[in-house]
Amino acid sequence: MSMEELFHPLQEPMILAAAISIVVGAVVVVAGLTYFKKWGYFYKNWLSTVDHKKIGIMYIAVALLMLFRGGIDALLMRAQTAVPDNGLLDAQHYNEIFTTHGLIMILFMAMPFVIGLMNIVIPLQIGARDVAFPRLNAVSFWAFAAGCGLLNLSFIIGGSPDAGWTAYFPLASTDFSPTVGNNYYSLALQLSGIGTLLTGVNFITTIFKMRAPGMTLMKMPMFSWSILITNVIIVFAFPVLTVALALMMLDRQFGTKFFAMTDGGMDMLWANLFWVWGHPEVYIVILPAFGIFSEVIATFARKNLYGYKSMVMSMVVISLLSFLVWAHHFYTMGHGVMVNSVFSITTMAIAVPTGVKMFNWLLTMRHGKIQFTTPMLYALAFIPIFTIGGVTGVMLAMASADYQYHNTMFLVAHFHYVLIPGTVFGVLAGYHFWWPKMFGFRLNEKLGKAGFWFIAISFNVTFFPLFILGLDGYARRMYTYSASTGYGPLNMLSFIGALGLAVGFALICYNIYYSWKHMPRNEKADVWDGRSLEWATHSPVPEYNFAVVPNVSRLDEFWFAKKEGRDITAGKIEKIHMPNNTGTPFWTSGFLFLAAFFAVFSLWPLAIISMLVVFGFMAHRSFEDDHGRYISVEEIMETEKSLRGDK
Amino acid sequence: MNKKLSLMFLAFGAIAILSGCEPLTVFNPKGPNAQTLSNTIILSIITMAVILLVVYVLFAFMLTKYRASKASADYEPPHEEGSHVLEITWTVIPIIIVAFLAIVTVKTTSTVETTPEGYDNKEPLVIYAASSNWKWHFSYPEEGIETVNYVNIPTDRPIEFKLYSFGPITSFWIPQLAGQKYAMSDMLTTIHLAADEVGSFMGRNSNFNGRGFAEMEFEAQSMTQADFEQWVKDVKANEKPLTEEKFKELLAAEHVGRSSYSSTHLDFSPAPMAHGDMDMGGMDHSDMDMSDEDMNHEDMDHSTDADSTHSH
Repeated sequence: MSMEELFHPLQEPMILAAAISIVVGAVVVVAGLTYFKKWGYFYKNWLSTVDHKKIGIMYIAVALLMLFRGGIDALLMRAQTAVPDNGLLDAQHYNEIFTTHGLIMILFMAMPFVIGLMNIVIPLQIGARDVAFPRLNAVSFWAFAAGCGLLNLSFIIGGSPDAGWTAYFPLASTDFSPTVGNNYYSLALQLSGIGTLLTGVNFITTIFKMRAPGMTLMKMPMFSWSILITNVIIVFAFPVLTVALALMMLDRQFGTKFFAMTDGGMDMLWANLFWVWGHPEVYIVILPAFGIFSEVIATFARKNLYGYKSMVMSMVVISLLSFLVWAHHFYTMGHGVMVNSVFSITTMAIAVPTGVKMFNWLLTMRHGKIQFTTPMLYALAFIPIFTIGGVTGVMLAMASADYQYHNTMFLVAHFHYVLIPGTVFGVLAGYHFWWPKMFGFRLNEKLGKAGFWFIAISFNVTFFPLFILGLDGYARRMYTYSASTGYGPLNMLSFIGALGLAVGFALICYNIYYSWKHMPRNEKADVWDGRSLEWATHSPVPEYNFAVVPNVSRLDEFWFAKKEGRDITAGKIEKIHMPNNTGTPFWTSGFLFLAAFFAVFSLWPLAIISMLVVFGFMAHRSFEDDHGRYISVEEIMETEKSLRGDK
Repeated sequence: MNKKLSLMFLAFGAIAILSGCEPLTVFNPKGPNAQTLSNTIILSIITMAVILLVVYVLFAFMLTKYRASKASADYEPPHEEGSHVLEITWTVIPIIIVAFLAIVTVKTTSTVETTPEGYDNKEPLVIYAASSNWKWHFSYPEEGIETVNYVNIPTDRPIEFKLYSFGPITSFWIPQLAGQKYAMSDMLTTIHLAADEVGSFMGRNSNFNGRGFAEMEFEAQSMTQADFEQWVKDVKANEKPLTEEKFKELLAAEHVGRSSYSSTHLDFSPAPMAHGDMDMGGMDHSDMDMSDEDMNHEDMDHSTDADSTHSH
């Protein structure tokens, strides 16, 4: 590949502008760190941290950045289709944008946001001092970050993937997608996928082994339950993706024929493997949101969660069903009435446990005392909007009817109606809810609510018209259409909605700046009058989480303790064992990134050398003697005092 | 929150008005199979509207009745574990709804996967539809003609489209006549349809297959049996046969306009095997015979049975 080909994306003025703004941004950050002499601080406190809370914050920072990137992609798509025969983007650019929009929003925005929140909250909520494998947690994050960086590099160097986020073969093969775009796809997803899989192992272990004394599984808060189930799904689903991506790389770069049209390859094998991972993936991002809504609704209705046991059961059932429905993504493949019917029924069955949760949330509010805080607004808006997503999901599940919706805007509208009120509202609710735990101050409520209303209303303006367009025969992924189709006005409406969404997300970002400047510090630990253990410790949370690990005897122990006037964190303070920080995960992933980058361009010697360095780091680690360190009682007393605010 | 409700009503009102002017394509069927699908969709929308209504009424009720601003300052909500009766109710009712929809689905899926109702005793017309790059090839083995980017069909006769692809997966879709189905390189799939009236319908590929995807449309025109026969005669008389060389040229091209030929590519480039027959293997498959112009109707019957995708 020549240099010209390599940097050919930069000929596109919009991409060039984006590239320049990235470079300028990076220069500003580097110059700022140098000028304020913060490199040491930055390295010591962030790049080499193994503290689950800081790792969580970094996940969320990346997720917000990617929300911005994926959002710009979305705006461009809506702008391109706002009027018929628009020339803003050409077909190739549009194809790259909808591909990366999907990839980024699902894998580099929704997933890391969820994983970030669970990193911050889970150990606190189960009364643990850390995750089970703190260092592995850092490896997870940096592997994910490497994958994220690699995918984002693609649009500047060599070209983005352009075969859709589903990358169906043979379209994604070198025959039909000869650029390196889909090499980036296979390697970037592989890196971040490995990170996610490690997270899955880490959090299952954490939740099973590190709960506070007395906290049996059925006394665990709903968010912890949702995360436990999510991670079980991760551990079962992600290996499929790993294998599928490895086969994809072999097909694209080593000439094997797993998914080819000739020599016994099967193109639909890719679709099967992709969705065997891809459908559970939907629940990986939605179940944690269900957990967050459960916490938020219970807190702000000032009531315990209605039907706790059936809530847990329904999540378990959903997780099982999530593995039994993948073929509904290709009813139109012609696999006959029998197969289609079976997958129709398993798919529709998911509506039952989901409905159970819906009614339990509604009934949680009965006899309650509902406060309309920002997190609560997101949780409340979720109910009516997500229900539309849910019922259209049942409509799509009917195989026969799907022959008309498949690959249309109706489908696009449906999954946005599920993923935005579900996952995005969920993580935004959690983000506003737990922000004081991370930084010790609240986000401004006025700005938070303004952002909410912009998002909730604009969301419907953006996506409701797409249902109608779909029923009018508008296929998805069309970069343009002719005026005679009559699709123009509704597309324009949708674009206006997208602009409103952009304003909403801008307000959320502005709120960080505003609140950082103006909101009062040293917020009390229990800002919202919460129910679970994370509210029992200080805000911001000290490194060791709990000076004294609380004992638990029932669900919502902290809530009852408050009622009874007990302090569940009282007790004798002893020295606490904590892991040492380490820069190795950061550097290891840096070399993983290099290896993957060279592999994208089939520069195998360089890729192998980079991999050898990675193995070197791993070998070194296996001989390393690192037993962590102790925080002394005096140090703990000191920290506790200053966090309590008594001088 | 009532704002949201009224917004929803507005939206539904908008659909009603829009569908008043000109029905949405999917709700404007011109053949029995598309009619079945349209009815199924409308039935499911009504069912779902009932569910939405229940949730919205409950939601509005909770929010208006139990807001903190309405409660007295010393009101402390009670501890409620849940209710078995209620929880069983909202598990069982959805199960009943899902069971009902499942029955509808199985029935309608098998309906649209067979010869349309009312056409059972008529001989189906078999047309091979293959995609390559961003165009469609239609071969009529019975008539011995082939068209590119347009397809003519007779009314009042069941049609079977046999679908495959010379490249990425595409999806063959004429929304006013039938739901879509994938066209793939390694197997043959079948769409059954029939047109009730004369007309011109939009057909397209709906599965993304690269740069030229948006323009990958074709016209499906239904005409009376007499007109159809006349058209076939005209093509046979006036168009050149499709040579292997010309076909290769066509395959390599990205976009082309419409064209017609007095022979089919199935003679030298047979279609892949049908889904259900994959394990039978061998080159003596009945698909091959389909390209024989002189084939009589008994043979046709036999071969369509044999490569029906739904025999298993």
